[in-house]
Amino acid sequence: MSTKVGERVLPTGRARRPSASEPRSQNRGIRTGTRQQWITTPWLFLAPYLLLFGGFVILPAVLGVWISLHSWDYTLPNKPFVGFDNYVALFSPGSTVSGPFWGSMRATGIFTALSVPLLLIVPLAVALLMSKKFPGRDFLRAIYFAPYVLGVAVISVLWRYLLDNNIGLVNHYLGLLGLPDDTAWTTTTPAAWVALVGVTVWWTLGFNAVIYLAGLQDIPTELYEAARVDGAGPWMQFLHVTIPGLRPILSFITIITLLASANMFGQSYLMTQGGPGRETRTAIYQIADTGLRNFQMGSAAAMSYVLTIFLMAISAFVFYIFREKQPKKLEKEVRS
Amino acid sequence: MSNFTTTTTTTVRAGARTRRGSGSITRVVVLGAIAIAFISPIIFMIVTSLKTRADATAIPPSWIPNPISLQAFASILAPGTATPVLQWFANSMVAAALNATLVVITASLAAYPLARMQFRGKNFVFVIIVATLLVPPVILVIPNYLIVSELGWLNSLVAIIVPTAASAFGVFFMRQFFVGLPIELEEAARLDGANRFVIFTQVILPLAKPALATLALLAFLGNWNDFLWPVYVLFSPEVQTLPAGLSTLQSANAVRYDLLMAGAVVASVPVLALFIFLQRFIIEGVSRSGVKG
Repeated sequence: MSTKVGERVLPTGRARRPSASEPRSQNRGIRTGTRQQWITTPWLFLAPYLLLFGGFVILPAVLGVWISLHSWDYTLPNKPFVGFDNYVALFSPGSTVSGPFWGSMRATGIFTALSVPLLLIVPLAVALLMSKKFPGRDFLRAIYFAPYVLGVAVISVLWRYLLDNNIGLVNHYLGLLGLPDDTAWTTTTPAAWVALVGVTVWWTLGFNAVIYLAGLQDIPTELYEAARVDGAGPWMQFLHVTIPGLRPILSFITIITLLASANMFGQSYLMTQGGPGRETRTAIYQIADTGLRNFQMGSAAAMSYVLTIFLMAISAFVFYIFREKQPKKLEKEVRS
Repeated sequence: MSNFTTTTTTTVRAGARTRRGSGSITRVVVLGAIAIAFISPIIFMIVTSLKTRADATAIPPSWIPNPISLQAFASILAPGTATPVLQWFANSMVAAALNATLVVITASLAAYPLARMQFRGKNFVFVIIVATLLVPPVILVIPNYLIVSELGWLNSLVAIIVPTAASAFGVFFMRQFFVGLPIELEEAARLDGANRFVIFTQVILPLAKPALATLALLAFLGNWNDFLWPVYVLFSPEVQTLPAGLSTLQSANAVRYDLLMAGAVVASVPVLALFIFLQRFIIEGVSRSGVKG
C-alpha cells in the first residue's frame, strides 16, 4: 500500500556508474546524496543473499542441464558428453531407465490426482466452518495445524505404526466397527494409496485451512450482505461471493498443493518403502535413488527436468484456469 | 504483524459474527470431532513411547501405558549405540538454529533494498528470486549434491545449514513486510544524517522484530523437518539430523514401536514446544504467505 509513498522520495540512481574518484559522503541529505552511494549500497545489502542464491539455486539449475547432457556417473572419472541420449533413453520404451521412470511418474500422478482434490476441498470446508468467530476457534485452528509442524519423518514413522496390519490402532478400530481388520495398509495396493493420501491429508490439512481462513477473512462482508439483499441463499453466496473472492488464494493453494504432492517422497520412503514392488515409488524417490544412491546423475538430472516440465505445464494450466476474467470491479465498487 | 488493508471490513464483520449463534453448536461438534481425529495420533505416539516393549505390541492396544516406563527413552538415548539419538538431536538443533539465523540475516538484508531503494536491476533481481519459488526443488537436488561434494561438505552438517539458506520465500516475505512500514521514521533518520546501514539496523530491524521472529520460526521448522536432502547427504550415523536418523532407527528396529515412538517424540518435542508457545507467529506467517502471495 505504501510502495509509492516510500519510493517517491528516493532519487533514481540509474544515471551514472560509480567511479572511484567520487568521494563517499557520510553526511547526506535525502536528495543530495552522492550517486555512487545509491548505486553500490543496494548491492552490498543484497550480496550475502545473492551469494547463496547464485551458488545453490542459479548455479545448480544451470549445472543440472549440463549434467543431464553427459553420461555422468559420480563414481567414474570419465563423464562423456552424450547429447540428449539421457532424454532419448527416458522416452525409449525398451530402455532400462524408461520403465522404472514412467512407473514412478505414474505413482506420482496417482498420488497427486488422489490427494490434491481432497487437499483443496476438505480444508476449504473446515475453513468455512471456522470463518465465523466462536469460543475455542483459535484452539481448534492450532490443533488442525499441529501435525504439520511435526515433519514428514515423524508422521510417517508414526502412521506406519498406527497402520500396522497386526497391532495397529487403525485396524483395531475398524475391527471394533465390524469392518475388515486385516488390511495391509502399507504393503498392498490400493490400500497403500489410501494410507499415503489419508496420512498426507491429515498432515497438511491445517496448513491449507489456515491459508483459506486468512483469504476468507479478506472478503468484505458487504459483498455477502449485498448478495443476501438480492435474495441469494448460502449456496449462491458461496458460488458468487466466496469462490470469486478466494480466486487468488485458490490459485495459490492449488499450485503449492500440486507441487507438494508431486514432490511427495518421505511418506513413500518411510511408510511403504516404495512398495509393494515399485508401485508407490514416486518420481522424486526414483530420481533421488538413481542419482544419489546409484550415482547415475546424468540420467537422474534428465528425469528431474522431464518432471519439472510436467510440473511447470500443470502450473501454467492452473494459472490459466484461475486467471482474472474480469478486473475486480465489484470489489472495488464496494471498497471505495 | 497486523493486516494493513482490512481494518474497516473487520469491524463490520464483528457485527455479523454475533448475529448468528444458532448453527454454532453443530459446528463446534463437527469441528471438535475432527480435532479429536487430529490430535489423538499425536497423543498415542506419546503414550506408546512411555510403554514397555511388550505393552507397545499388546492387543488390544491401550491408551494408558501399564506400567509407565521410560525404558524406550533410556534405550534410544543411551550413549554408544549405532543410533545415537542424542547426537542427532544436537545436530538438528545446531543445523536448524544456524540455518534460521542465516536465513533471517541474508533475507532481511536482501529484502530491504528491494523494498526501499531504487537501483538498476532491482526489478530483474526481484523477479528472478520470486520466480524460483515456482521452480520445483527437485531440479536442484542432483547438481547441489555435486556442488556440496565439490566444497567438501558431504556428510557434514554444513551441507544442511548453508545451501537451504538461500530462501527466496524469506526475501519475498521480508520485502512485503518492509514495504508496509511507514516511511516517515526512515526519513527522519536520514535527515539526521544516518546512512542506510544504520537506518536498517537501528530503525528498520527493531520495527521488524515480529516478522523476523516469524521467518526465523518458519526457517527453523523447515530445516528441523527437512527429510530428503539429509537422508542422501549425511551417511554416517553420528552426523545425521533427527528426520534422517528416524529413518535409520526404523531400518534398525522395524517393529520396535516403543523405540520408534520414543525417537519420534524426541524429534517432536522442540517443534511442538515452539508451536505451543508461538503458534500465533507460525500460523500468521503461513497464512500471510498466501494472502500476500
